[in-house]
Amino acid sequence: MNDSPLGKQWGRTLRRMGWYTLRRSVALFVTVVIGVYLTILIANMGGHVDEIRLAQIREQVGARMMADEQLQTLPSEVIRDLMEREVQLESRRLGLDRPFIVRSFLYLRNALTLNLGRAEHVTSDTGSRQVRLIILERLPATLILFAPAQLLVFLVSIFGALFLSRRYGSVLDRAVIALTPTSTAPAWFYGIFLILIFASVLRVLPFGGMVRTPPPEQTLPYVLSVLRHMVLPLGSMFIGGIFISLYYWRTFFLIHASEDYVEMARAKGLSPGQIERRYILRPTLPTIVTSFALSVITLWMGSIILEIVFNWPGLGRLLFEAIGLFDTPVIVASVVIYAYLLALTVFLLDIIYALLDPRVRAGHQGA
Amino acid sequence: MRNLRTGLKELRHYPSAIVGLAFIATLVALALYAVIALPLDDAIRLWRAGEGIWEDTPRNASPVLLNWWPGNNHAETIVVRCSDEAATRSMERLSDDFAIIDISLPLEFTYDGFPDDVRVFLEADYEERRPHAALAWKTPDGREIELEERTLGERATYVVSGDRRLAERLGTEAHIGLFRQPDIEDDVPLKGRYELSVEGILFEPEGDVRVRLVSYGRVHGLAGTDHRRRDLTVALLWGAPVALAFGILAALGSTLTTLVIAAVGVWFGRWVDAVIQRLTELNAILPVLPLLVLIGTLYSRSIWVMLGVVIALGVFSLGIKVYRAMLLPVRNAPYIEAARAYGAGNFRIVFRYLIPRVIPVIVPQLVTLIPSYVFLEATLALLGLGDPLLPTWGKVLQDAFQQGALYKGYYYWVLGPALLLMFTGLGFAMVGFALDRIFNPRLREL
Repeated sequence: MNDSPLGKQWGRTLRRMGWYTLRRSVALFVTVVIGVYLTILIANMGGHVDEIRLAQIREQVGARMMADEQLQTLPSEVIRDLMEREVQLESRRLGLDRPFIVRSFLYLRNALTLNLGRAEHVTSDTGSRQVRLIILERLPATLILFAPAQLLVFLVSIFGALFLSRRYGSVLDRAVIALTPTSTAPAWFYGIFLILIFASVLRVLPFGGMVRTPPPEQTLPYVLSVLRHMVLPLGSMFIGGIFISLYYWRTFFLIHASEDYVEMARAKGLSPGQIERRYILRPTLPTIVTSFALSVITLWMGSIILEIVFNWPGLGRLLFEAIGLFDTPVIVASVVIYAYLLALTVFLLDIIYALLDPRVRAGHQGA
Repeated sequence: MRNLRTGLKELRHYPSAIVGLAFIATLVALALYAVIALPLDDAIRLWRAGEGIWEDTPRNASPVLLNWWPGNNHAETIVVRCSDEAATRSMERLSDDFAIIDISLPLEFTYDGFPDDVRVFLEADYEERRPHAALAWKTPDGREIELEERTLGERATYVVSGDRRLAERLGTEAHIGLFRQPDIEDDVPLKGRYELSVEGILFEPEGDVRVRLVSYGRVHGLAGTDHRRRDLTVALLWGAPVALAFGILAALGSTLTTLVIAAVGVWFGRWVDAVIQRLTELNAILPVLPLLVLIGTLYSRSIWVMLGVVIALGVFSLGIKVYRAMLLPVRNAPYIEAARAYGAGNFRIVFRYLIPRVIPVIVPQLVTLIPSYVFLEATLALLGLGDPLLPTWGKVLQDAFQQGALYKGYYYWVLGPALLLMFTGLGFAMVGFALDRIFNPRLREL
């Protein structure tokens, strides 16, 4: 098989794809590192991260000394002095006395490995104070809500736009254009209205939360309850994003449909469906994927506030709780985790882009 | 630039743009009115709601607009002071340091609904011996209900709804019982002239007593009031200039810097361009909102700091890629070659020849960006990171959310700021989209 020309070509394409993936992942990793480092610099501008570390050390030392019964017999001044010394020693051991440049790289390593220390107030549902555990616990909730929402908006807008571009000038088309300005308002804004209508006035859907309390014990009712709670947040993301992307893609397809080779295909007598698939959708796929990546990034940011409005127990809600409790480790960790999420999104879409764009596959770097 | 002016003139032919412009004009008028009618310091002081500022306003009252609906006649707030003309006041001095003071405050009640609460604020002047006062309530049908007797301090407040014994005597909540028609099952208020009489006994020659009666309404002001009795009009009014300033400054700041950087990259090319491109990619994965949260929590929540950070994070936005694509073909245009031939320097070319070429394309984008920044401010406020002093629409929304306004049915609390935000968003977006069609000829054909 490898000797056949086709096999050889496949092998070459695979190698090229692998090379591309490697290069992109290295580039993105470097970007993430720089991004996280910037976050740390900003966070530590007033020595805040240092304070977190110091407080942590103090707590540990204090706990250790409380446990020591022999120490309890000593006078309190002696204990305090002893504790001070212990804290000093410990912070020397952890490198807190080193210059900031060195320290910042220590923090960077910790942040990159999600070794984010302990939260000051927030706890995970299992009772842990480990920031990493808290964040990992919240991540699925966020993904459950936002992955479907993003896909839904994306697919509906692409196929809806194709439909509209076919009926360009119709009442429906005009209606979508007229509704486009409504998309300047973010999803949470429509969330408020949806809550008002469906939860406050009609009382048919829940105000917020992810599952009803107490949570159902069987799987099926549990899933149904989650789905019921998802309707409003999903709906508000849909309303907030759909019109602008419909408008954008419709215009994009219309402009594209006036290209010469599309005219040519039409002159050949191909059916509209064939023209759409082969001559409009196929060549524009890389562009579509790229702008999908951008919309995903904005949706990630919108998700934070949407979770707060709908009381959805995800990352955004965690960030909100952390603000309320002034829990710096959790806030820093949230920034880091969002940087990771964004980079991961970009990375995945880069790979899809490479699969779709013949120029990348053929190893031809575009203009 | 002439291009720009003719383009703006063309806006007339787009109905949506005219509607949008009308919205913007209304907002600007509102903002100007706010700034002129209510100086910033006053607005901040009112919004901080220090002690004694919002004594005469009801808690969580709906907007007065509700009463404009036919058939609606909810109680409004009535304040009667003993210095009012309708109030009577007589003092009978029995001896040098012993006097009886009679104050009667009339209350004309014409509403179909009960008030939210009734309070009597009493102030007394005395040196050592505190005056004594007895309060009584006279209904239009001639009944007299004794309320309370007490020795007065410098300031005292009698809260009718908090008077348990009175409630027991009346058989219903006290502030409802006072206005209730007797002898019928349902709670129906009796309309007419009520009277609060205060009989005070003074034990000093210089002593005096002042009384203020407040019957709190269920509706108050154009926008209603919140849980701290603040009139929401203050925040809704002042939200307009803040939102406009934040939106416009942020949009201008980030768009212009982005444009300049894109132009510099295109003109100098090579490593400058490469660095700018990499920075843009780095910027794309920086999580803007969490970073803003970080800065807001750790450093400052001032709206101007936030504005600076928003602009700084917007400098290397993805717009650079778009502008770059537009500027690349311009770079080799003959007129630029001509400029170089006469000896124009690099920066002259960037600022005088490159950037002006793309300004018309930027304008629609700039206009559409404004509302997204207005909403960003609201988003930050909703996160609890609103400006500590300024009253803004976002902060009203945040209060409403925190107090469960939607759950408790205080819809006005959410609707007021939300509609204003919507209004702003639509106004700028409609104008922006129309401009987009004017300046992007490829769109115009569609």
